[in-house]
Amino acid sequence: MIHSTAAEMADALAKGETTSVALTQAHLDRITAVDGQVKAFLHVDAEGALAQAKDVDARRAKGEKISAIAGVPLALKDVLAQKGVPTTAGSKILQGWRPPYDSTVVSKLKSAGVVIMGKTNMDEFAMGSSTENSGYGPTFNPWDLTRTPGGSSGGSSAAVSSFEAPLAIGSDTGGSIRQPAALTGIVGVRPTYGAVSRFGLIAYSSSLDQAGPFGRTVLDTALLHEVIAGHDVRDATSINAPVPAVVNAAKSGDVKGMKIGVIKQLQGEGYQKGVQTRFDESLQILAGLGAEIVEVDCPSFEYALAVYYLIAPSECSSNLARFDAMRYGLRTGDVDGASAEAVMSATRDAGFGREVKRRIILGTYALSSGYYDAYYGSAQKIRTLIIQDYAKAFAQADVLVSPTAPTTAYKIGEKVDDPMAMYLGDVATIPVNLAGICGMSLPAGLADEDNLPVGFQIMAPAMQDQRLYQAGAALEAALLSKWGAPILSKAPALGGAK
Amino acid sequence: MSSLSRDDVAKLAGLARIEMTESELVELSSQFGMILDAVARVQEMDLSGVKATSHPQPLENIARPDVVLPSLSPEDALSGAPAQEESRFRVPQILGEAE
Repeated sequence: MIHSTAAEMADALAKGETTSVALTQAHLDRITAVDGQVKAFLHVDAEGALAQAKDVDARRAKGEKISAIAGVPLALKDVLAQKGVPTTAGSKILQGWRPPYDSTVVSKLKSAGVVIMGKTNMDEFAMGSSTENSGYGPTFNPWDLTRTPGGSSGGSSAAVSSFEAPLAIGSDTGGSIRQPAALTGIVGVRPTYGAVSRFGLIAYSSSLDQAGPFGRTVLDTALLHEVIAGHDVRDATSINAPVPAVVNAAKSGDVKGMKIGVIKQLQGEGYQKGVQTRFDESLQILAGLGAEIVEVDCPSFEYALAVYYLIAPSECSSNLARFDAMRYGLRTGDVDGASAEAVMSATRDAGFGREVKRRIILGTYALSSGYYDAYYGSAQKIRTLIIQDYAKAFAQADVLVSPTAPTTAYKIGEKVDDPMAMYLGDVATIPVNLAGICGMSLPAGLADEDNLPVGFQIMAPAMQDQRLYQAGAALEAALLSKWGAPILSKAPALGGAK
Repeated sequence: MSSLSRDDVAKLAGLARIEMTESELVELSSQFGMILDAVARVQEMDLSGVKATSHPQPLENIARPDVVLPSLSPEDALSGAPAQEESRFRVPQILGEAE
């Protein structure tokens, strides 16, 4: 049952062939069996999940129409507030915090009857690309337990790829949904900025952050996308427009006559050979399906990484000021006579990890008087040029494509002491965030040299998210018929059973 | 090659209200040169006449009708407080020296 797609599970629930309680229990059993190895979850809420499942089963029995994926279980990235359930954003500074409210994403999941099984591991405050920056230890890639599942949403990608959950929520500030999806052989979508409410999403970089769905198929991902998207008065940057018809697009999956632009700057040098090979092969498949392939030039993308590593740390240095040891979270050094400032500084030292401190200090530097124009100011101007590059490219093509990440999953510990090497892994995903548009990663096969998954990235203009699903579904169907079985069937068995 | 001395990092850490250990200050200062060199590339381009983008959406002020919506009770708002007293957040001394 756990190896079915979410769409199949929803279908079986609708036909009365199974119950949400049984489905949820099967996944909780899977978590018990394999999460000791994978470590995808920071907190499993078995009791809450089963109560939710029971409630959905009762509503269905009464004939209530709930949602297309009512009763299907899900894993939630620990960056989203869920009332009464521990929420840490992977940080020691929030250890033990139980939010007194639900994020909008959680409210929408609950009202759609999606069962939330627990909170998944992540790089602290979503700062990282490997989940190694979690304050609670790393998550391990189900394809090879010595490797990272990507990040920052690595707990969510590992949960879905190890069949602990059919669906998961992540957040993507510089690639944190698409890159872990690529490294674990699943589908991940970063919706258009403003398409999914940020209310209750613990902020890292507010102009770049966006929550989005993970699934094992394009259709499953679309079904979840449709549940969480939509306007929210509690998020002033939420777009007040209808949700793009992503489920219909995922069902149609036609690229005949579609213009697909290959970004010159996001391939070739710096990309692992097996990654480039699978990417080129997918392009040929799309051409064979009737798409027109064109090359587009985005010269400012060369600076995207530098722009991101100024804008995101600058915004984070401001956002993380709220962790002041006064209203929630950790407080240390509160002894008689200690000033508020001393308590604040001691708490932030004890509660924040190395990468978070590094980015706060970098942001503080980039925003300080005398350096502001040279760093943050210049970065904001190049951000404009990147947006203009996209506009020109989308005038020539309906969607743009690239490899999602320059390499397959790397070893845990390999890059943790070399921040610049780690940052380079985001080179192909960051431009989407800077421009506020949408992007998908879907599996393009395994790299010949290491038999690890490769991600194919599709990008579309703001609020044209349906194009991702349309092109993605076409490529997915063609690859599936070429392989004969879903890519995850090639992953090694977990739990000792080889 | 850019660089940031241990004292520069200590000053920034003070501004950011993070009390860092000596080894953290030394480590950060040694990593900063490389990171600053990488991000300083934004200064290579001629950006005269280019407008800055602070946000991907052309936003204007967003207002909603002035109606009361449900919000947290005092108990809920205080539920995560490290310390509380008389339905308020209790904080360390914020003004002047300790008596």
